[in-house]
Amino acid sequence: MDTLTSGDGGPEAGPGPGAAGPGPGPALRSADVAARDSYGRLLALLAAATSDLAGAEDALADAFERALRTWPSQGVPGNPDAWLLTVARNRLRDEWKSARVQRAVPLDAAPDTLAHIDDVDVDAIPDRRLELMLVCAHPAIDRAMHTPLMLNTVLGFTAEQVGRAFSVPAPTMATRLVRVKKRIKAAGIPFRLPDLADLPARMASVLEAVYGAYVIDWATGPQARQVPSEALHLAEVLTTLVPDDPEALGLAALIELSAARAPARVAADGRFVPLADQDPALWNRELISRAHEHLRVAHARGQLGRFQLEAAIQAVHCARGPDGTTDWPTLLTLHRILQAIAPSLGSGVALAAVTAEVDGPAAGLAALDALLLEAGQRARLFQPARATRAHLLDRLGRKEEAVAAYESAISLTHDTAEREYLERRRDRASGVSR
Amino acid sequence: MRYALLMHYREPGEGEISEEGIEAAKVAFGAYGRALESAGVLLSADVLQPTSGTTSVTCREGGLQVQDGPFAETKEALAGIFMVEVPDLDAAIGWAEKCPGAQWGVVEVRPTATAFVDGAWTR
Repeated sequence: MDTLTSGDGGPEAGPGPGAAGPGPGPALRSADVAARDSYGRLLALLAAATSDLAGAEDALADAFERALRTWPSQGVPGNPDAWLLTVARNRLRDEWKSARVQRAVPLDAAPDTLAHIDDVDVDAIPDRRLELMLVCAHPAIDRAMHTPLMLNTVLGFTAEQVGRAFSVPAPTMATRLVRVKKRIKAAGIPFRLPDLADLPARMASVLEAVYGAYVIDWATGPQARQVPSEALHLAEVLTTLVPDDPEALGLAALIELSAARAPARVAADGRFVPLADQDPALWNRELISRAHEHLRVAHARGQLGRFQLEAAIQAVHCARGPDGTTDWPTLLTLHRILQAIAPSLGSGVALAAVTAEVDGPAAGLAALDALLLEAGQRARLFQPARATRAHLLDRLGRKEEAVAAYESAISLTHDTAEREYLERRRDRASGVSR
Repeated sequence: MRYALLMHYREPGEGEISEEGIEAAKVAFGAYGRALESAGVLLSADVLQPTSGTTSVTCREGGLQVQDGPFAETKEALAGIFMVEVPDLDAAIGWAEKCPGAQWGVVEVRPTATAFVDGAWTR
């Protein structure tokens, strides 16, 4: 299965890209751990002074290459990160000394410039990954590149891996990433925290970009839909960088809760299992309790927001009782607040679906049709709206209309397992047995 | 870094803008120029004549060719150039936002590749 990362429990949790062979030596494993855990941190430190991500990547790649060459024979250094940072910085210093880099950049003005290179206590150096994420989601960068750039620079996924996630050919994604990095350097997009006045809007873009990793339409390949562990990783990194931001915590909780249900989403035979039919015993309890902890801290800040609400909704779903009952009235309240503070087509459709559970399918359908009428053309291609409408017509016994609605939903569904599920529902509605 | 803030907007027709409108724009540009100068970021500032006064020159076809008008006819034309020296793009965007021309047109923020300073091209 094509996941970008193999686990969500930190670097020790799963085998990394270098660990495929039988028993790699401690040197290789250590390089791999550093690669997984520290890539973004080292890259942010190396690129912060000049905004030159491509140069920093080259220097870091050189350092990793040297690590793989020398560590097996000379032993793994006590602090691999510090070793890698020093080697990469030396490499950059050589670059900078070559005359062509005598530019307007003051070489020793900022704390991350080379004058301080010999301080290699990495833990004492401030983490610059938040600045890196702010650069990735900068308003001067094409929105469509915010998420790919974050996956590439903060988590160190290759253009090929990122391209696969976005269903874009690897060379195309590579070209786009190169272009956007050139732009960051040429335009002088700074690695620094914006003014307080600008910070909320800039953080909102960062959250959007992380959310973008979560909502990628993963299912264009043969594999079933899965909540990308990349989004989980990005969101959890962000909570360590801004531990007081309630919406960052809410977003992490949302993704954790969604990821927790991933094992129950596809049956052993590959069939899609809708939420209502999932076996809660298959849900990942550890992720759920991590999410609850994040939500608890977020709510203590007393600033409600869209991601916290979405997470709260997921938490209610995950709190389904042993008898399978869901607290629909609470869900309805949460959905109403969500639609009030952050109205969107998706949350409107969800509100209609929950309305159907509380007030009956006729009320749900009325709410949905009112929403679709208002949204117009845009809603016609929105798969969740079509699928929800089909289910509601089906429940109302309006079989003929339901079959037509299932057809239109099926034509918009890219996920194989979910499409097959809708096809079975359609067949049942039309009286065909399979 | 040096940036060019390039003002683009649709050129108003003769008499399209009232005397008061012109006066208000002058006041706004005056304040803007002084703000750039007192911040120590201003290298130069020029507001341009309308394209009816422009001439295009080329030798790329061999001999000298001189033509009336801008090299590209567009609805919105280049109308002014502010050269500033600021630390980064965020600072440049901040100044572009305060440019009066941004109220009725678009300000393009273009970093300098190299500049002729003190007798040599920088690099």
